[in-house]
Amino acid sequence: MLLLASVALAFWWVPDDADQGFSQRIFYIHVPAAITAYALFGWAGWKALRLLWRGDERYDLESYTAIHVGLMWGVITLATGAIWAKISWGVWWSWSERQLVLFLILFLFYSAYFMLRYSVDAGPQRARMSAVYALFGVVLIPVSFLAIRLAENFIHPVVFTRDGPQMAGSMFLVFCLSLAGQVALAGALYQTELAGKRLDSRLRELRRVLA
Amino acid sequence: MTGYVQDVAALARKDFLLELRTRETVPAMLLFVVSALVVFHFALPATAGESERVAKGLLWVAVLFTALLGLTRAFVAEREQGIFDGLVLAPCDRSAIWLAKALSVAAFLVLAELVAVPAFALFFTGVDAVTIAALALANLGIAAVGCLLSAIAAASRTRELLLPLLFLPLAIPIIVGGVGASVADDPGRYLAFLGLYDGIFAIISWASFEYVVTE
Repeated sequence: MLLLASVALAFWWVPDDADQGFSQRIFYIHVPAAITAYALFGWAGWKALRLLWRGDERYDLESYTAIHVGLMWGVITLATGAIWAKISWGVWWSWSERQLVLFLILFLFYSAYFMLRYSVDAGPQRARMSAVYALFGVVLIPVSFLAIRLAENFIHPVVFTRDGPQMAGSMFLVFCLSLAGQVALAGALYQTELAGKRLDSRLRELRRVLA
Repeated sequence: MTGYVQDVAALARKDFLLELRTRETVPAMLLFVVSALVVFHFALPATAGESERVAKGLLWVAVLFTALLGLTRAFVAEREQGIFDGLVLAPCDRSAIWLAKALSVAAFLVLAELVAVPAFALFFTGVDAVTIAALALANLGIAAVGCLLSAIAAASRTRELLLPLLFLPLAIPIIVGGVGASVADDPGRYLAFLGLYDGIFAIISWASFEYVVTE
């Protein structure tokens, strides 16, 4: 686990050296973080679907952990996005940056997921309700994306796209390295969290049996 | 299939009868929506010009929060009187419970809007047919998503506290579509978006309701 994390860190240091001159180096943290967060939310949705399908309770913890880690990456995305917005547009928040608005909605949505988990007693019903809510989240991502694209027209049409062809080869390489590093780090954190949460639930079960 | 329709009709009839006898939810919604519009009037700066477009947005806020008020009440009787156990044990498809509840919530919402829209026209500005159509579409989406989340919230310890937290992030696309249809020059896209939202979320709510109520 530590090895994976250190590899991820090493990946992170490479772009710093290779691209000293770039003012928008935060791009290499911001965009991979967003993609990692999407991947984690998607993974959570997949696990939720498996839970409803198979009824196996271990998927509940996996889905929960994925959302937990995903929310952390969501916060990283929001924070780096705000810093980037401050540097390039002079404001901390801009409603015309559609990815950031989407992340704000998702942040609210998945924070409510935590509220839901904390206010329902543990058990199969909570597992199923959380799974249903996590599935709603996966559906909400494309729907809100569409909504924000629509909304842009009547707010203001500042478009800020940055797709593959605009990137030089070396930049793309560093971008991919950073993405791989972040995904690895997220995976490592996911495994650690999952192990911790499993231990926790097993302990609780043990305590209940002993009591 | 006819059995399913009969189940839904019976369950919805139960909700209407209950509301007719207790008169708890609908009068509260009516009063709330008018009060909210009055509050909005004083919250808006009294300058002409842009304020008509802004006011259209306020209509949507009022409708959304009124719906929230109705939704928090939607499963209260079921939980408090223990009707839920009977419903879950009843020999009908569980999704019928959701569909019947969504129909009754949508009907209550229509009643609230029958008051809200004239009141809005009186206080602020007239409402065109496109906005009415958008409201009708939004009602379906609100009722579909809201009833599922209301059932979830009713099973939690915090109940009324939890529902707005669960519901509002999911309602943002409805507001985008609704306000867009009310103020934009080409409302067709927004109406189509609202229809899409209704379709998607109605299907997954319908499919997943069973998992929420099974104990």
